[in-house]
Amino acid sequence: MSATSTDDEAAAEIRAVPVRHPGRWVASALVVLLSAMFVHMLVTNEAFQWGFIRDNAFSAPVLSGAKNTLILTVLAMVIGVALGIVLAVMRLSPNPVLSGGAWIYVWFFRAVPRVVLLILFGNLGVLYAQYDLGVPFDRQIADLFGLSLDGRFLSVDANTILTAFVAALLGLALSEAAYMAEIVRAGISSIDEGQTEAAQALGMSRGRLMRRIVLPQAMRVIVPPTGNETIAMVKDTALVAFVPYYELFFQLQAIGSRTFQLFPMLVAACLWYLAITSVLMVGQHFLERRFSRGTRRSTDRGNRRALLANRTKAPENGSEDA
Amino acid sequence: MPEATETPTPMVKAERVRKHFGRVEVLKGVDLEVMPRTVMCVVGPSGSGKSTFLRCINHLEQISGGRLWVDGELVGYRQRGGKLYELKEKEVAQHRRDIGMVFQRFNLFPHMTALGNVVEAPVQVRGANRADARRRGLELLERVGLGERCDMYPSQLSGGQQQRVAIARALAMDPKLMLFDEPTSALDPELVGEVLDVMRGLAEAGMTMIVVTHEMGFAREVGDQLVFMDDGVVVEAGNPRDVINSPQHERTQAFLSKVL
Repeated sequence: MSATSTDDEAAAEIRAVPVRHPGRWVASALVVLLSAMFVHMLVTNEAFQWGFIRDNAFSAPVLSGAKNTLILTVLAMVIGVALGIVLAVMRLSPNPVLSGGAWIYVWFFRAVPRVVLLILFGNLGVLYAQYDLGVPFDRQIADLFGLSLDGRFLSVDANTILTAFVAALLGLALSEAAYMAEIVRAGISSIDEGQTEAAQALGMSRGRLMRRIVLPQAMRVIVPPTGNETIAMVKDTALVAFVPYYELFFQLQAIGSRTFQLFPMLVAACLWYLAITSVLMVGQHFLERRFSRGTRRSTDRGNRRALLANRTKAPENGSEDA
Repeated sequence: MPEATETPTPMVKAERVRKHFGRVEVLKGVDLEVMPRTVMCVVGPSGSGKSTFLRCINHLEQISGGRLWVDGELVGYRQRGGKLYELKEKEVAQHRRDIGMVFQRFNLFPHMTALGNVVEAPVQVRGANRADARRRGLELLERVGLGERCDMYPSQLSGGQQQRVAIARALAMDPKLMLFDEPTSALDPELVGEVLDVMRGLAEAGMTMIVVTHEMGFAREVGDQLVFMDDGVVVEAGNPRDVINSPQHERTQAFLSKVL
């Protein structure tokens, strides 16, 4: 036996016997078996009442409930993200009033459970029966100087402005903003200070460098947890039943209790939420791809094309891009 | 105080410039002058304050004492009635537009292509027309030898290429002064030359430049003035050839014996 090989052997492609993985086969067999048992149960167990699910999961009230779930999710997230960005920028501001205010906001809205917040907002009508827009403290000032003065120019009845929908939306959006503020702050802090300096050196104002340079890069860090938050929001809309406002789960449960077929309706709820979440995950995938531009050597097809074009144009430098 | 004399206004003038971070004094009274269309190279051991001084010139750092002028205007302050007023953020930004800066670690915007990097500031800050800015950006990329690579992202470029894009980005604002903060220190040795070549071309075209560097060869060939800084002061300054060949000061001699 010799430690060297012939030239032919060394030059040929290696053909070795691959490592065997018996453990994988055993595990696969087990998983297949358990899955088969589960599917069997789904099909044979009468309690699922698949026919009942099919007939009721898409009934008019359920569809309008699903619509409300989606509207609440989208609006609460839009407000939450926008307000969260504002809060995060405030929090990072050198102005102590702004950063302190943002801190207190986050402190409060993260501390109070969403259910409690929603019930609270549902009962805000208790505070005032009527909401006025005008000069602040007008009556106190009037009393102080013994005048009769009314600085109010717009009055709305509490029940008109603080509908169940508004209460539900406010509860969800304001609490979401607190979480988003922390996510956005983490994203902004993750950007190298050199980026800010380079932008400043080019004469950019603070706002512009935030919008054009820092936030677009921070998005890469912000998007994945925001996807989490959005999915959590879809599910948390079920809490608005406490406002009370009706949405998907409320309607399915209502059918369930009316017909004494609660379990099938719970299964229907699972399927509905699975479907909505799956759609959102697709959206997240594309968002993540959009904001990872430039971070990998070839992130998307456009990039790769540019890369190939450059290789053919400048072959002497091709190795640098590999 | 800058006096109105027959000589042209210096592009940069520093008088007893001091800077401290908390208790640490980084600059202990720097005096120097850079005339238009000249190149000043600043050398010195790390921690000597040379980068800090460079960053003071475009107000990335605020000076704690002394006076600093760029093109006859105070940096960061306005003097009225014997009192100094801090400039607003907007005014500081306005001054920075005319001063290009190139960083040791490039600091290109990674989410934009090479051309995007170059076009960004003219469009966003100067309000230039996007098409014009692109045309000019391509010209600048050609000038630094990267016209072919305008659509690539920084992560797809080598260090030397990234630094050349960074130079083009700074030039896109038509600066009257270019600051280079150790532009080749983060580069592999074989990529240093391509960046220095671009800088040499700029100097030949008459750009006023202040270059903090360790490249003594570049300082000798391209520099009109060489400044040796140590421990927050200018130890020695003069014609690069003279300073390098016959340093007067002991500390300069010690430093040069290590780097040459």
